Amino acid sequence: MLSRVAENIYWLARYLDRAENTARLVNINSNLLLDLPPGHRPGWLALIDITGSRELFDARKMRTEERDIVHFLIADLDNPGSILSSVRSARENARTLRDVLPNEVWEHMNELFMETKDALPAALSKRTRFHFLQRIIRGMQTLTGELEGTMSRNDAFTLLMLGRHLERADMTSRIIDVRSAQLFPADAPGFQPFDTIQWLNLLKSLSGYQMYRLSRRTRVSRSAVLEFVLRDSQFPRACLFCLKQVEHFLSALPRSAGVLEGVAGACRFLDTAKLATVDQPGLHALIDQLQLHIMVVHEGIAQAYFPPPAAVTAQSQAQK
Amino acid sequence: MSIDWTRYCAAGLHDELIGPGGGARVAGRALVRHLSELGSEEIGVRQHAAELAIKVMGVTFTVYHQQGGSIDRAWPLDIIPRIIAAKEWNRIASGLKQRVAALNHFIDDVYHAQRIVKDGVFPHYIIASSKNFRANCVGINPPQGCWAHICGTDLVRDKDGTFYVLEDNLRVPSGVSYMIENRQVVKRVLPELFENTAILPVDDYPSQLHEMLVALSPRREHLPEVVVLTPGIYNSAYFEHSYLARQMGCELVEGRDLAVHEDDCVYMQTIHGWTRIDVIYRRIDDDFLDPESFRADSTLGVPGLMRAWAKGNVALANAPGAGVADDKLVYTYVPDMIRYYLDEDPILPNVPSWRCAEPDQLEHVLHHLDSLVVKPVDGSGGYGMLMGPTASQRERNHFAAQLKTAPRDFIAQPVITLSTVPTFVNDRIEARHVDLRPFILSGPKTYVTTGGLTRVALREGSLVVNSSQGGGSKDTWIVDMEA
Repeated sequence: MLSRVAENIYWLARYLDRAENTARLVNINSNLLLDLPPGHRPGWLALIDITGSRELFDARKMRTEERDIVHFLIADLDNPGSILSSVRSARENARTLRDVLPNEVWEHMNELFMETKDALPAALSKRTRFHFLQRIIRGMQTLTGELEGTMSRNDAFTLLMLGRHLERADMTSRIIDVRSAQLFPADAPGFQPFDTIQWLNLLKSLSGYQMYRLSRRTRVSRSAVLEFVLRDSQFPRACLFCLKQVEHFLSALPRSAGVLEGVAGACRFLDTAKLATVDQPGLHALIDQLQLHIMVVHEGIAQAYFPPPAAVTAQSQAQK
Repeated sequence: MSIDWTRYCAAGLHDELIGPGGGARVAGRALVRHLSELGSEEIGVRQHAAELAIKVMGVTFTVYHQQGGSIDRAWPLDIIPRIIAAKEWNRIASGLKQRVAALNHFIDDVYHAQRIVKDGVFPHYIIASSKNFRANCVGINPPQGCWAHICGTDLVRDKDGTFYVLEDNLRVPSGVSYMIENRQVVKRVLPELFENTAILPVDDYPSQLHEMLVALSPRREHLPEVVVLTPGIYNSAYFEHSYLARQMGCELVEGRDLAVHEDDCVYMQTIHGWTRIDVIYRRIDDDFLDPESFRADSTLGVPGLMRAWAKGNVALANAPGAGVADDKLVYTYVPDMIRYYLDEDPILPNVPSWRCAEPDQLEHVLHHLDSLVVKPVDGSGGYGMLMGPTASQRERNHFAAQLKTAPRDFIAQPVITLSTVPTFVNDRIEARHVDLRPFILSGPKTYVTTGGLTRVALREGSLVVNSSQGGGSKDTWIVDMEA
């Protein structure tokens, strides 16, 4: 497989998972807002930091109100991380990958982009937002199924899996980060039920509540949920699970020794994190570090399999 | 609503489906019966279904200079097919093979002894002033002595029903993927007709193309690595490049994926390292192929590619330099070439043409600008032409001045009133003008597509069929009446 194609397919997978997870992110925040008592609501600005788009958002001089932020996260084509941008980028990448991807996948991705564009008004209205996000998530899950069900387990599939699982690990960590903000005074009496609701919401936004129940058989608590979404080895959106998948697929590629070391480092970091005792600021720092580990893995993959950055410059010149 | 065919035909036009009295031509009887049974409302429903299918299948072409948003447009297809009887088609196919054989002899001759010039059949000044003559191709012997492996020849039918050759596209002709996709779509929306009519299939092309490319490989002992070289996603024909790569199971590469190493062989960069390439189906013009040999500012090509090709380490299709025959002034000599190289009479006639480069003919053209079409010799896409009868006096004066300063750059032809085919526009069936582009593959054997890509001018009365200028397309049926 061509190095350039490898890069495109890897990013295609990342864009798809990013669109889905951004939908999950907006969903959990919407739900938190509804469930928490006035005065203790997290607001929307946190999502801008969590998606790493603070600089761009500030430059746009938008208001920090729900409507503007939700629009920025869902529909803004100038925000490369918005759902619409991610779906569009995925489709643009897929256009260059039509010789690699099953035809049905391309057709579906094309449809999904057109549908997402058409459904944007629904995304911006509070009443229909949940349904819109649900449709994005479901559309992405269908695509995932189509890829799994129709693609040969070749190099292209391997690159797709690398992109998907690395993006997923990263986004799950960001979704947890939404909950790392200290919303209440620690251990204050009276807030206990609300606290539980937040962790429940986190599980639900990752479609993980049922699986949590099956595997933990205990009531929802902060440390048990963190253990589950960060360190579970069976739940497919848990960070450790995703990293183990990256490890598994990398070992099928040539020249992967260097990258595998980076993955092992990330796994070790998760294995040894003290989740039971970490406080909220500590959790935020932990997630920052985890994201750095993920970045190292990405850079390792890029260096081993993608065209050197010089070639990218030549390309952007050619496109002008 | 039922369809009244007696009111369909306009006087002085040759319609390919409906005869002068309003009755169907023999090969189209089943189609006309079916269309009448469906009625225009149901035809509209099916046309809509076809457009939806094209959108979902992502069959697109790219338009230049479009501001913002999507760079793709859905490929325009009219579902009413254009029909040619198999017997007639076989004669046309023989004519095309004959023509391409002569053109390949000509190109090889141009880059070697130039016998045709020495024998006084073809004037030397045309080669000397050719924009597409490549000095670095002189003396090179590509595999099988073949230069133009893929040719797209445009055919038009005049009002008397005769097929003429309008031009030979020997550089990077496109359209064949749409020919195949049109058939897929029309099969979906008019399935009844395919059950009862012997419509010859068109989808054999990619495997024929692959077979032809494989035969060019310099490494006999090896399973050849064949790739399609595209300028990239912003090229108007990118859909086709990707389509053909997919259908042939080849890598679709860009110049930046390739490099010529010290052994003068071509390699592509893969996740496993560098892999050697044997055959390149290139969809990049000569000018951009190799910045060391041609345009130094090209970022689309591969430095050293010409060196690798000249040494025989990689095959290029079409061969660099083949475009020397893709020149409308050269075109006017193709019938002479057929007689000279093959000692045969041409099966397909050229459109009568005046060579502006010859003073007496230029004189004639200047005196008849209001009845002629003037075409640039290296133009394509219908750009830069003068349509004499409809042009303003100012435009004609402008062209007259150009003709006097650069006569070598133009030829002139009478206006051909292109034949028409019933087309679904404005919720009903109307006559629209069409042309036809078949594709010819030259290798160990010569292959002609079954029919080709029919392009249709969707505007009433318009003779411009180019998709970049509001043209549409049709499925082309070669119908075997004896089956």
